Amino acid sequence: MADDLIYLPAARLAELLGSGKLSSSELVQSCLARTKAVDGRVKAFNSYDETGALALAQASDQRRAAGQARGPLDGIPVGFKDVIAVAGQPLTCSSKMLANYISPYDATVTVKLKAAGAIPFGRLNMDEFAMGSSTENSAFGPTANPWDLSRVPGGSSGGSAAAVAAGEMPVSLGSDTGGSIRQPAALCGVVGLKPTYGLVSRYGLAAYASSLDQIGTMARTVEDAALVLGVIAGHDPRDSTSFKADVPDYRAELGRRKGPWRLGVPKEFFGAGLDPEVGAAVRAAIEHYRQAGCEIREVSLPLAAEYAIAVYYLIATAEASSNLARYDGVRYGHRSTKAKDVVDLYFQSRAEGFGDEVKRRIILGTHVLSSGYYDAYYLRAQKVRTLIRNEFTAVLRECDALLSPTSPTAAFKIGEKSSDPLAMYLTDIYTISVNLAGLPGISVPCGFTGGGLPIGLQLIGRPFDEAGLLAIARHYEQAHAWHTQHPSLS
Amino acid sequence: MKYEAVIGLEVHVQLRTKSKMFTRVAAGYGEPESTLVDPVVLALPGALPVMNKEALDKIIKAGLILGCEIAAVCKWDRKNYFYPDSPKNYQISQYDQPLCIGGAVEIELPGAARNVMGEHKQIPLTRIHLEEDVGKLNHGASDSLVDYNRAGTPLMEIVTDPALASADEAYALLTSLRIALVQGGISDCDMEKGQMRCDANISIRPVGETKLGTKVELKNLNSISFVRDGIAHEIRRQLAVKENGGTIVQETRDFDGQTGTSQSLRSKEMAHDYRYFPDPDLMPVNVDDAWKASIRATVPEHHFDRQRRFMADYQLPYTITSVLVPDRALADTFEATAKLGAAPQAAANWIANDLLRELARSDVGRGLSPTDGLATCKIQPAHIAGLVKLVESGVISNSIAKEVFVTMFQSGELPDVIVEKQGLKQSTDTGELAKWVTDAIAANPRAVAEFKTGNEKALNAIKGAVMKASAGKANPKLVDEITRKLIG
Repeated sequence: MADDLIYLPAARLAELLGSGKLSSSELVQSCLARTKAVDGRVKAFNSYDETGALALAQASDQRRAAGQARGPLDGIPVGFKDVIAVAGQPLTCSSKMLANYISPYDATVTVKLKAAGAIPFGRLNMDEFAMGSSTENSAFGPTANPWDLSRVPGGSSGGSAAAVAAGEMPVSLGSDTGGSIRQPAALCGVVGLKPTYGLVSRYGLAAYASSLDQIGTMARTVEDAALVLGVIAGHDPRDSTSFKADVPDYRAELGRRKGPWRLGVPKEFFGAGLDPEVGAAVRAAIEHYRQAGCEIREVSLPLAAEYAIAVYYLIATAEASSNLARYDGVRYGHRSTKAKDVVDLYFQSRAEGFGDEVKRRIILGTHVLSSGYYDAYYLRAQKVRTLIRNEFTAVLRECDALLSPTSPTAAFKIGEKSSDPLAMYLTDIYTISVNLAGLPGISVPCGFTGGGLPIGLQLIGRPFDEAGLLAIARHYEQAHAWHTQHPSLS
Repeated sequence: MKYEAVIGLEVHVQLRTKSKMFTRVAAGYGEPESTLVDPVVLALPGALPVMNKEALDKIIKAGLILGCEIAAVCKWDRKNYFYPDSPKNYQISQYDQPLCIGGAVEIELPGAARNVMGEHKQIPLTRIHLEEDVGKLNHGASDSLVDYNRAGTPLMEIVTDPALASADEAYALLTSLRIALVQGGISDCDMEKGQMRCDANISIRPVGETKLGTKVELKNLNSISFVRDGIAHEIRRQLAVKENGGTIVQETRDFDGQTGTSQSLRSKEMAHDYRYFPDPDLMPVNVDDAWKASIRATVPEHHFDRQRRFMADYQLPYTITSVLVPDRALADTFEATAKLGAAPQAAANWIANDLLRELARSDVGRGLSPTDGLATCKIQPAHIAGLVKLVESGVISNSIAKEVFVTMFQSGELPDVIVEKQGLKQSTDTGELAKWVTDAIAANPRAVAEFKTGNEKALNAIKGAVMKASAGKANPKLVDEITRKLIG
């Protein structure tokens, strides 16, 4: 049984659990076995809680036996990006700074998942403090792409994508500030959903850039993403930026929304820098919708294409420089033993605790906010951000969703871009503007390169129209079998 | 050359709220170190701030009390700096859009004598904004420990215009501000507990000059008297620098109230760049007219307005109003007593003298403000009004009334009940009175003789003897009549 389980979608696992053909304990044992078998090579996990997960699985089985199952996710293990708090588990942010930090409290998404019976299985590797696009910026070493272990899984939620792609986890949580869920999902051949800013509470998500961060999910199918979103979405009084909106039953909505849709294709997202194989796969996906009777129209997002990366690196780093100030070695986290006085304690602890990319962004953000530069950088970037948002709003008035590549290329080699930050930043060129505009985006597998690497199709939706976006994505998924292919991991 | 001083104050006031500014953990004082904490206070990874509406209500009320314009939107900014008492290493504050703009504090300067009202002035305010307090560093011999109980307490910063001319005016401003904020229920303003803290910006300039001189910021002024002393000291120091041909350096100085000296803490060159920017974790909050109106309905009468009204409507002397009015419950007690029909002057005297004295020496009121003492003591306006009426109608004498007051303070019984129970009614039995008078005349032949030569005062000796014989119960008016009749 165990080997048959590893690539089953969560919705199918839920059916098996519901019918009594599978127990949560068996499922968790299967995940543990798979993780032990492959994670030495994939390195998706920073840590996992074997005894805790098995105990929760047993409790789930007892609930189910007593007729008190809490819903479809009851008994299903979930991997957590190591930036989302689970009480009693490490919260390292893949940083030396928090290498020994255990969270004393649950994030709101954790509370909700636990209440639904899901099992927080373990901590998934990432770029340090979610800063990066390859998971190479981890203090604990890079995660490998399960399709080609010499390549990156994308980032920053690389561990979350790789764990699902490698059959270790049926679903996982990630966070997406500029593409950190969608880009690794594309590079690993899984579904990655970044919800609208404000739909999912950020309470318990260690902040990188507060106005851009959003928790979302990695899954094998669009339906699974809908299933998890339905549990984690909704207003949270602990997060002032969380939106007071009704949360529909996303999974039920999938069947109700049938199209045809009006879909926009931003012409600037198909320009120079786009790998031809990726471009061809995405165009084929667009053709699928045209064949299905959807109206395809070319649209233009000139500001998003031209300025999104610049605006992002001003706003995100400014916020990061302030958000990461709390890691000072005083109350928790890494504390240097070399410090002579309190100011030196800050310098030494932060110099030792943070990696290069984190330092680079803190320095940039500090500069962006400093007296005399604020107006030229931060304030100007906020204004351009508003214009980019307006640009999307105008286009989405005419279209139900936009279609584009998720990433300009398939997975690149480990080390290939790590010495060239700008080249690395460009891998998020199609995803980053979606965060600036606060919109929902999803990446679904849409083919493979000649070399067998997955390619992702990005769909961008209207604010809080996840139900519509998921239905459009699922329409493509149901007509194709990309998501049923799995890496050999040989 | 003749110089004048120009002073501006920055007053930090902790708001009296149940919970902290951005989280639901309790705000408080005197708890064991770092127990009033949660993930938000300690700035644990992932914690987020959520605004405390009660704090916003209170600063709006403070703004309305002080005549400020209330902003339509409450916007939050981050002030970035590293210090161990600041858990996030940034403070959530309000930078370019304070919640309250303008307004003024009415102050009263010392009068020519204690019983003469001094000059009143309006000191304009620049702004009031809301922020969160920091923790407290406790420095030991070899290390420093941080107590985060205070961290995150709602804190209001009140900034005056550079419009004060003397240390006395600064003293008067803090005195008046404290009364207004305590009476509005905004804060307890206990400077010993750090609930009210004051920094002063001080400069001097030649009289007639309109440009401000180089300012020196004076910190750690932790009592209203130290504020006065510190400012006076700093003005003298700056004058001495000028007289010796020196120049004033822009700096921050620390004033030691015990020794009356100050020393430099840091110069302008070491000033921080706080890198303010809007806090992305907190959405701006609209403050609409209905919200403001609902708070305006709770704003109490200003203490100086009340004082003027007490003097005009009740014909109270200035001195007694300046005892009653600074304490809202005391003034309320007076007003309720007067409304029950008691003679205002007499009622005011009972409250300002006897009630305060009894509170100060009782178990319930010792060490408390009159407001807090009154909240637990048994005396109600009806007690005082009843007592005033008993004296006025001649049922008891003033000296008996003093004893009745002490009894009713302790037991809470109404005065007529006490008088009845203890048989304290004045004697109006003319037969009994005549006997006491006859005895007194017989015992004081010299006084009788002097009275007969026209010395009115001599009668007091006889009346005193009668009061003594009657244990204070003889009606003084009847005694006077009978004595004159019997002697004459």
